[in-house]
Amino acid sequence: MKRSLRPSRRAIPYLLMAPGMLWLVLFFVVPNIQMLVFSLSEGTLRTGFKTPPSVFDLENYSGSLVKFAGNFANSIVFGGLATMLCFLIGYPLAYAIAFRGGRWKNLLLFLVIAPFFTSFLIRTISWRIILGNDGPFLSIVRDFLGLVPANFSILGTPLAVVGGLTYQFLPFMVLPLYVSIEKVDRRLIEAAQDLYAGPWRRGGLIAGAIGGALLMVALQFGLGYASLAGEGPGPTPALISGIMGAVIGGAIGSTLISQSFIRVTFPLSLPGVFAASILTFIPSIGDYVNAQLLGSPKTQMIGNVIQSRFLAQNDYPTAAALAFLLMAGILVAIAMYARALGTEELTGGTA
Amino acid sequence: MSAVSAQSGPAASGAASGVGPSAASGVGPSAGQRLGSFADRWLLKVFTVGAITYLMIPIVVMIVFSFNDPVGKFNFVWAKFSLDAWMTPLNRPGLADALRISIFVAIVGTFFATILGTLIALALVRYRFRARNAANLFIFIPMATPEIVLGASLLSIFVATATLEPFKSIIPKGIFYPLGLPTIIIAHVMFNISYVVVTVKARIQGFDRHLEEAAMDLGANEWTTFWKVTFPLIRPGIIAAALLAFSLSIDDFIVTNFTSGLVSTFPVWVWGTIRNNLPPQVHVIGTAIFLVAVGGVAISTFLQSRGGKTVAIRPR
Repeated sequence: MKRSLRPSRRAIPYLLMAPGMLWLVLFFVVPNIQMLVFSLSEGTLRTGFKTPPSVFDLENYSGSLVKFAGNFANSIVFGGLATMLCFLIGYPLAYAIAFRGGRWKNLLLFLVIAPFFTSFLIRTISWRIILGNDGPFLSIVRDFLGLVPANFSILGTPLAVVGGLTYQFLPFMVLPLYVSIEKVDRRLIEAAQDLYAGPWRRGGLIAGAIGGALLMVALQFGLGYASLAGEGPGPTPALISGIMGAVIGGAIGSTLISQSFIRVTFPLSLPGVFAASILTFIPSIGDYVNAQLLGSPKTQMIGNVIQSRFLAQNDYPTAAALAFLLMAGILVAIAMYARALGTEELTGGTA
Repeated sequence: MSAVSAQSGPAASGAASGVGPSAASGVGPSAGQRLGSFADRWLLKVFTVGAITYLMIPIVVMIVFSFNDPVGKFNFVWAKFSLDAWMTPLNRPGLADALRISIFVAIVGTFFATILGTLIALALVRYRFRARNAANLFIFIPMATPEIVLGASLLSIFVATATLEPFKSIIPKGIFYPLGLPTIIIAHVMFNISYVVVTVKARIQGFDRHLEEAAMDLGANEWTTFWKVTFPLIRPGIIAAALLAFSLSIDDFIVTNFTSGLVSTFPVWVWGTIRNNLPPQVHVIGTAIFLVAVGGVAISTFLQSRGGKTVAIRPR
């Protein structure tokens, strides 16, 4: 008798989830469907909208893809470079905290997330102060050390935007990497060393040199392309920075990387590498704050276009189409990346 | 070379835990190996200090520039030390209101997101049911969506309720459009639910079901069991999730920018003001929020270490 009044045991989890899931359906799923409808519509907020099924305007997609190709390119290049730089800074940092942190571990982790306790906008404003023409960075590098010419400025260049993005999303890179490196069984590393895994001289030299050269050339082209508006850096500076990168990368690879790291630790941390790069890439490719506050009209990313189309021009159809193109781009990038890293390892790690 | 490695030996031996350096296992380390382990130990330390410094620099700049008395309208260049902004932290039109709205939105949004998210987390961890994997995936999707898409889609639906037909006649005017406080709170609850679920789930994963069974065996009904046994055990996870939601909410700019209309939270106010001026009061408020957040984390760490102890001494 009493039993029939209570919900059956099988219904309990569904009842627990119902309110939260309903919220997500109403304010996440339905809005995205509405945005899809807008992306196929015509008109603006002022003139009113013609929506499907009366119109079915695919022109919003094809037209804006052509029109804003430069902004898409900026987003992909800046977001990609920022993710790469975050990885280069974040992996050694996460490794150091996980393996060498000792009693400092909690403090170091706290310091990694400390930037989140200040406002995102204020952090970006801080970089504007630091990198400004009268700011501390240039007063050291330009005025005191004289490394760059007097008319050199950083604000307004791709370097400033990529630098800002790298800073903002570094904690998103470090935390998942830390979690996955921390999980690596130390006994496996000891076993590898017992089995004569030593320093990784020749492999490290070659891999480091190739990696360093590729990175420097990518940075050179990535940072140069938007500021020079199509000219691109000549082959000579790219060659010089490539050689520099190869030398530095080779030196680091041959002295610092051990066989046990490359054969045990790194492969075991790959699921974390995957999660961390995605968590860094997604917010950085969609960001518009850094490009607005640190960049110039030439460095506007697709986020800047979406926000001004939505909030200033009320051109919802174009803006909605751009937002969906951004999502599509991200999904394609993730799929390609997952394939490149090897899906088996990833599903093994995430399951 | 040998002198250097002798110096590095004892200092580094404390830090290198578990990972036996290659030099220790070999018979006689070669010069190259010694160079390798030297570089390994010290370069990594130097790098770590450098990276942490890099992360701290903008925070230090924020604090320093809250004491600036800028020349002109923008607090971008250091001029001279002053306590003016700290004496009049809210003395800007709209700033006090924006701060009040930020705090209100964060409190209300955190409250609802924490409840809704905790219920989902309980369902996902404690019960095996058919839709469990699908639900886990569904919870993850909003976190993997760029904020600009979350904001833009919410703006789309809110505008549609006032302009497009199926909604226009069903939904009374004024709830979702014009945009305002309710739409900001709706948005914040939405993006926080997933973070709450993930945080609470991680904390209750190792939960010992036998404790609940014991309570039931001793005559407690399900309601009593939940409040006397289950809830106290998962409370640290709920507190951690609420703190995370609060900090995400009070700091959010992108989603809020799309859903706030003419109402300003603190970040939206800063975004609006920076076109014309940037008073040092922005840095003062930023510093104050930073100090409060650090204090909050310190308190919650303390509470959680106590909560952790209670779980640790549970009978097996």
